[in-house]
Amino acid sequence: MADKLKFDLVSPERLLFSEQVDMVTVPGTEGEMGVLAHHAPVMTTLRPGIIRIESDGKETGVFVWGGFAEVNASGLTVLAEEAMPMDEINLDDLGQRIKNLEEDVADFEDADRKEDAADRLWHVRQMFEAARRG
Amino acid sequence: MASLKDLQTRITSVKSTQKITRAMQMVAAAKLRRAQERAEAARPYSARIEGVLSNLAASFEGNPGAPKLLAGTGKDDVHLLVVATADRGLCGGFNTSIVRKARAHIKELQDDGKQVKLYLVGKKGNDALKRQFESIIIERRDFQGVRTVGFEHAQDIGQHIVKLFNDEEFDVCTVFFSEFKTVMTQIPTELQLIPPRFEHNDDAEEIAATPYEYEPDEEVILANLLPLNLNAQIFRAILENAASEQGARMSAMDSATRNAGEMIDDLTLLFNRTRQSIITTELIEIIAGAESL
Repeated sequence: MADKLKFDLVSPERLLFSEQVDMVTVPGTEGEMGVLAHHAPVMTTLRPGIIRIESDGKETGVFVWGGFAEVNASGLTVLAEEAMPMDEINLDDLGQRIKNLEEDVADFEDADRKEDAADRLWHVRQMFEAARRG
Repeated sequence: MASLKDLQTRITSVKSTQKITRAMQMVAAAKLRRAQERAEAARPYSARIEGVLSNLAASFEGNPGAPKLLAGTGKDDVHLLVVATADRGLCGGFNTSIVRKARAHIKELQDDGKQVKLYLVGKKGNDALKRQFESIIIERRDFQGVRTVGFEHAQDIGQHIVKLFNDEEFDVCTVFFSEFKTVMTQIPTELQLIPPRFEHNDDAEEIAATPYEYEPDEEVILANLLPLNLNAQIFRAILENAASEQGARMSAMDSATRNAGEMIDDLTLLFNRTRQSIITTELIEIIAGAESL
């Protein structure tokens, strides 16, 4: 058995996850990133997406709304702005967020922020579709 | 001497007060458990984010390109003090001790010739400070009518503070709150948020020595991380405060209930003595009357 990776997932509200796992895939702003044990130190921002945690052949998914991932010698730490396990997701809530983001995109005058919001919106829509399919 | 009727009324009144304080104590105890859980659940996040940030900050040390939120404006003329208190009273010395600490700090800064601005979170802090410092209060927030204070509330305040900072309204930002240690002890604490101060430990320096890869780049990450850290620290302050408030209220109400109990005992004793002496007097009168026949 390969070495295990220490994985911590914290949101402002609670510590969601602190375990030894095999592999974690995080949705970095510049692309998905798989992290195994002994990964080189990396720091990346996250986009809204799904963190996939593989442990003993089982896969668990957790939704995150942006945040940070830090890999160092002691393991992987994800600081999520907001996080919820896949089975706690509420489609209505997600729909509402999409609406809010759509309004944001329409309202923002600043080009950078507009683009940023549009980017988020795209990812959230993807998540919504994924969640609806189950 | 007080009449029996008066004593009876006083006993009833103290008893109903005791009922109220006991009910408040039990409510506080129930709320405390939840508040404490929330405060403890939030600690890892704020600790980690501070850890990550201090690693990053170390790599930026002495770099003129460092963002202002990290390095400060280079001045310390205008101080913004965020004073977080409760919205309700009847919780012992909780609000007073935070306000006292803040007030001492204000005085110290003003004596040094600095300009001070106040950002008040919580109604009681406003009540205590508005008379003396009305002119320097720039913002008031409270959570009355909010059932559970969530991260979005902290985010709201955090974003406002960042906006004020970008508008060059202040140079240094410090938050005052009460850290929850145990039910009996809450420690009024001050924490400097902008520019953030990190406790230097060897561990951090060792980690800082490891070369990180940054995705996208350091500036973007820092620009994202700094406001997030601010929100997280404010959120933590609010949650610690909520737990401390309930803890303080619980012990204050506990001693109030006990005092009321003692008072009832004393009054009951007095009541019985008075009743006894009235009976004695009546008996003496009857006997004296019978003898004179």
